Amino acid sequence: MAGDPGARQRDSERRAAVGFLAPAATLIAVFFVLPIVAALLLSLTDFDIYGIAAPRTARLVGLRNYATLLQTPLFWTALGNTLYYVAVGGPLSVAVSLGAALLVDAPLTRWKATFRAIYFAPVVTTLVAVAVIWKYLYDPRFGLLDYALRAVGLPAIDWLGNRHWAMPALILMTVWKNFGYNMLIFIAGLQAIPEDLYDAARVDGASAIQRFRHVTLPQLGPTFLFVGLTTMIGYTQLFAEPYVMTQGGPLHATYSIIEYLYEEGFRWWRLGYAAAIAFVLFPLILGATLLQSRLQARARARAA
Amino acid sequence: MTAPTRGWPAPGRVTRTAGRLGGTVLLHAALIAGAVVTLAPLAWMAAASLMPAGQATTYPPRLLPHPLTLENYRILFTRLDLARNLVNSVIIALTATALSTLINSLAGYAFAKFRFRGRDMTFRVLLAGLVIPAQVGMLPLFVMMRELHLVNSYWGVIVPSMASIFGIFLIRQYAASIPDELLDAARIDGASEFTIYRRIVLPLLVPILATFAVFTFMSTWNDFLWPLIILSDDAKYTLPVALANLAGEHVQDTELMMAGSLVTLLPVLLAFIALQRFYIRGITTGSVKG
Repeated sequence: MAGDPGARQRDSERRAAVGFLAPAATLIAVFFVLPIVAALLLSLTDFDIYGIAAPRTARLVGLRNYATLLQTPLFWTALGNTLYYVAVGGPLSVAVSLGAALLVDAPLTRWKATFRAIYFAPVVTTLVAVAVIWKYLYDPRFGLLDYALRAVGLPAIDWLGNRHWAMPALILMTVWKNFGYNMLIFIAGLQAIPEDLYDAARVDGASAIQRFRHVTLPQLGPTFLFVGLTTMIGYTQLFAEPYVMTQGGPLHATYSIIEYLYEEGFRWWRLGYAAAIAFVLFPLILGATLLQSRLQARARARAA
Repeated sequence: MTAPTRGWPAPGRVTRTAGRLGGTVLLHAALIAGAVVTLAPLAWMAAASLMPAGQATTYPPRLLPHPLTLENYRILFTRLDLARNLVNSVIIALTATALSTLINSLAGYAFAKFRFRGRDMTFRVLLAGLVIPAQVGMLPLFVMMRELHLVNSYWGVIVPSMASIFGIFLIRQYAASIPDELLDAARIDGASEFTIYRRIVLPLLVPILATFAVFTFMSTWNDFLWPLIILSDDAKYTLPVALANLAGEHVQDTELMMAGSLVTLLPVLLAFIALQRFYIRGITTGSVKG
């Protein structure tokens, strides 16, 4: 068979594939897969500041870190805050993105590219810099936001100093920063809807609102699922905003899971315990992913 | 055609034209209001960064600097030595972008064009990894970096971002459209696989590589958590880490902090404006197949 040119070709392709994939595969195995597996093991040990100096001193403690975690009120606070941020911020952000996409992509809109670029600008800016800017915008004495509220006769709000307003303030800022990203994806989705569907609806006498409800929304189904999933995963990673703007306060009102992980792991060097916190993110994201793919399968079944 | 937006409706065709015009005006009013809200924080940052100390914290708030001053930038680059952090950010982002583009283009092309056993399976497993948050592995990664003596070094920031599942996916989708006949013709001429990649494939991949490079540059530049963990020395900090640090120390210096924010975000904003079309294509390509 050695003389068969097809076999020789396949053989050389296989060898080339190994060579081409080796750098990426090695990096992914060593710096992505291995740490995740190691994190699982780490979460079963009492690895702490002594472990950093001499990793061999760490001992297996079974599920003790997880048991401690579940009994720690601060963990539940952080989890609750993160879920609040995801559950309110995620849908709000998707809704604003869709609204912006509908406006920018409307047939009558002029200067589409300009509006699109302006709405997108906050997406590319640096989160830390944006958090610094908004910290001053939210200032109850000199901030522009409260000045605007007073100007229209509303009471000023101590955005970052009040434990009921701090989280909404972070959400508002995040929506401002991120809506342009999903807006672009929605615009692509809107442009993929066949025009004759709208024509048919118009012939049937459907109003603009009916066309939106019965043509646009169902046609955007897959886009919604993609946007919803990526947005929710992104929102579970809340960290820089509270780190810069509130230090997790006031009274831990904006303390997030990643912040808890960071403090336990890199301030107190309780790496075993912090690894257990990291694994709480797992079921959260896995659950969201499964839910989304279930919905997607159902939407596909309905479309067929 | 100069019908008022809320005039008295005349019958027939005129009503429809007037309604349409009114709709257009309302639509653009909403669009412009949205644009003002979107740009206001950035515009205020720029204005406040040019104000003398204390002017951004007056009541009622000032919107424009008077007199205009570059004093805040002078302090940033002399006393606070932010130039050093700017250089760190540039070196890290450019190195990560160059290496990441090379490594992921090799892998993306291999997944698209080489036939080998288990290819599609491997690719599917890889894609599943996209939903795993990188933070999960951060703690062992730090311990590893410490053993490798990469803590507090540029490489400690760069190495974990050199291979990207998203990048491999993006490049594979694009490389799949390269015709096999082109590659086979070169093989018959006796070209090695690496020569084919360098001479034929790379030039064809330029548009998607540009997209991926812009993406990587921006995400490395803006990244905060990992550099915060791995860099321990002020002189090694990237701009976002240095800025977060300064913001904690100079709470009262609003004008100075706005100048720092501007220095931090201006490079990526300019890169975006210059390379918009590449960036936007990356987002929409990535979303076509979740």
